[in-house]
Amino acid sequence: MNQTGPSLKRYAITRLALVVPMVFILLTLVFLLMRVAPGNPVSAALGGHAPPAVIKAISHQLGYDKPVYVQYAHYLGQIIRGNFGTTISDRRSVGSIILVNGAATLELTFFALIVAIVVGVLVGLVSGRFRDSPIDAGGRLFGIVVYATPVFFLGMLAQLVFGIWLNWLPTSDQASPITEALLQTHTNIFFIDAIIDGNWTALKDIVEHLILPATTLGIVYGGVFIRLIRINVIRTLKEDYIEAARARGINERSVVYRHAFRNALVPVITVVGLSIALLLGGAILTETTFNWPGIGHELYVYLQNRDYAAVQGIVVVFALVVVAASIVIDFATAFIDPRVRY
Amino acid sequence: MSAVLEVRNLRLWYGTARGSVRAVDGVSLEIAAGSVLGLVGESGCGKSTLGRGILGLLPEGARADGEVLYKGRNLVTMAPRELRRLRGPDLGLIFQEPMTRLNPLLRIEDHFRETLEQHESKLTDDAIRRRSLDTLGRMGIPPTRFRQYPHEFSGGMRQRIMIALALVLRPSLLVADEPTTSLDVIVEAQILRILADLKANFDTALLLITHNLGIVAEACDRVAVMYAGQIAEEGPARDVFAEPKHPYTRELLRSTISLETTELHSIPGAPPNLITPPTGCRFHPRCPDVMRVCPARDPIETRPEPDRRVLCWLYGPDGDIPPGGTEPAERERIALAEEA
Ligand SMILES: Nc1ncnc2c1ncn2[C@@H]1O[C@H](COP(=O)(O)OP(=O)(O)OP(=O)(O)O)[C@@H](O)[C@H]1O
Ligand code: SF4
Ligand SMILES: [Mg+2]
Repeated sequence: MNQTGPSLKRYAITRLALVVPMVFILLTLVFLLMRVAPGNPVSAALGGHAPPAVIKAISHQLGYDKPVYVQYAHYLGQIIRGNFGTTISDRRSVGSIILVNGAATLELTFFALIVAIVVGVLVGLVSGRFRDSPIDAGGRLFGIVVYATPVFFLGMLAQLVFGIWLNWLPTSDQASPITEALLQTHTNIFFIDAIIDGNWTALKDIVEHLILPATTLGIVYGGVFIRLIRINVIRTLKEDYIEAARARGINERSVVYRHAFRNALVPVITVVGLSIALLLGGAILTETTFNWPGIGHELYVYLQNRDYAAVQGIVVVFALVVVAASIVIDFATAFIDPRVRY
Repeated sequence: MSAVLEVRNLRLWYGTARGSVRAVDGVSLEIAAGSVLGLVGESGCGKSTLGRGILGLLPEGARADGEVLYKGRNLVTMAPRELRRLRGPDLGLIFQEPMTRLNPLLRIEDHFRETLEQHESKLTDDAIRRRSLDTLGRMGIPPTRFRQYPHEFSGGMRQRIMIALALVLRPSLLVADEPTTSLDVIVEAQILRILADLKANFDTALLLITHNLGIVAEACDRVAVMYAGQIAEEGPARDVFAEPKHPYTRELLRSTISLETTELHSIPGAPPNLITPPTGCRFHPRCPDVMRVCPARDPIETRPEPDRRVLCWLYGPDGDIPPGGTEPAERERIALAEEA
């Protein structure tokens, strides 16, 4: 294993070094896109009915009348110093939006990811293992339906059934107003804050609010994996080393679990990582449907207001998350699969 | 000596889109404890299929018919769970291709541990280690490499690891499918030595599948020559080599001897496809001795000598050959052309 150490390290360094130009290009793209898109942020922020003189004055105050390259230099300079600026429409600090609303999104996507992995992996593995059985037919049908269903449709269906008809679960917000008022802020992630305080009533309320949006997003996202995992299991069960294990009299359970499932899941890790963007996209829709105060919901609102500063900041955060995820996944794959050597 | 393995009229088909491939078609064999049966024949004649079929290891969609008696019990009709328990400690299999037979995510150690734990659950960790390292050591794999992954080994080393993995359980019957193809001559000799020791020390019965007739002459007690899913000829290795009966055996032996004398001889034509094999004797399109009866009727197995079997009309039974059936078929073809 010794000879692999340095090469893995070298790979890690190059991989990380590449992040810098990647992020730079991304920042530039976002900046340009927001400038090219039609609509004036200041007039949008003021409700679209402000007199031209007022718009002009405020534009000047915010520096939007300066040449684009000056704005660009200013923007980059700020970001390098970790300052994401202030929103135009409601003068909030973009940094705090990222922290506060980002925490809500993290909570939602984390639980959605768990639901997705449980649903996707379970249905995929069982379908692949019992290929062409009624279980498999059911699993595949579920996968296709879920894959084709828009998030908001599934979300509204869940709200209708579990919120309105059955009245089991809340259908919007991250917590009840009382919980929100009483809960102390430590991490901005409600779930964790409630645990830190040992506030079980609040935790119950928070979990109840989480169930519908996290399950909705998780099921839709999990649909992506079902087919992939199923095919991988079927293919892996045909591998020569599976037959060899059977020839050694290894019992079927070990053959399936130790040999087939493990090997079938390796490429899935990569797909989970690559589709983090998909998860974030789904989060925007889920948050809007469930009025979840996450960063995706904010992005949606600020985008409508043409709020350069807010949209820029949020998109940059999304991009950084996607980049970070791909790096983590690369290292995880290298760690699990001994053949992956760089 | 009693037979450890007795195969009776075994048939194995692969179902494919173009029809069923009759890869093994009515094969009968016996292997006694402590003896080696060599199985030879051209590529694609069903040797590997027969080897795997004995252990009941056939891909989905394949079918088996006939009897495989291991110590008197029929493996073809045995419950899968029971057969599974026999695989490993009773029935060992060394596969033809070594590169893909080890799980890439598991260390060599894991493969051995899993195998020994499965069949000898009472072994301690230490005993597992000792047994594995000992077997690997005899194959020339040093203990320092025990914790490495398959991709860190060459093809020849993986071949030896696979052999060790089969031998570590000391099976009573070992099917070795071209176990030395990717090894150099020195290692090949070592492996053959080990297999010979195995039969001497543990009374293992060995089915040795190979292309190398030199190995058969040296290491096998008996030899079976396979052609297009059938056993063309079977008998004591020395006798078969000294005096081949079946035209196919003769041609096969000639093609190796000629290599040494630098005059390349090969059997004209190629083995037939096994979906629609030639009628009558399957070798008739390539046989230098073909007679009128050959394409018309399936040959019947005869025993020209007490200890030898041949599937060829040259050896009768005369009562089953129609009048004129022993006329050379070549002449008939020419005669037909003249008449036309
Ligand atoms: N999984 C399969 N599905 C369909 N046909 C198969 C399959 N495996 C083998 N065959 C066919 O069965 C026949 C016998 O194959 P087999 O591998 O037993 O030959 P072999 O004698 O071992 O050849 P070689 O010397 O090249 O190893 C061939 O015609 C082959 O094409
Ligand atoms: S049966 Fe006829 S064709 Fe077949 S090997 Fe014998 S002589 Fe040749
Ligand atoms: Mg073969």
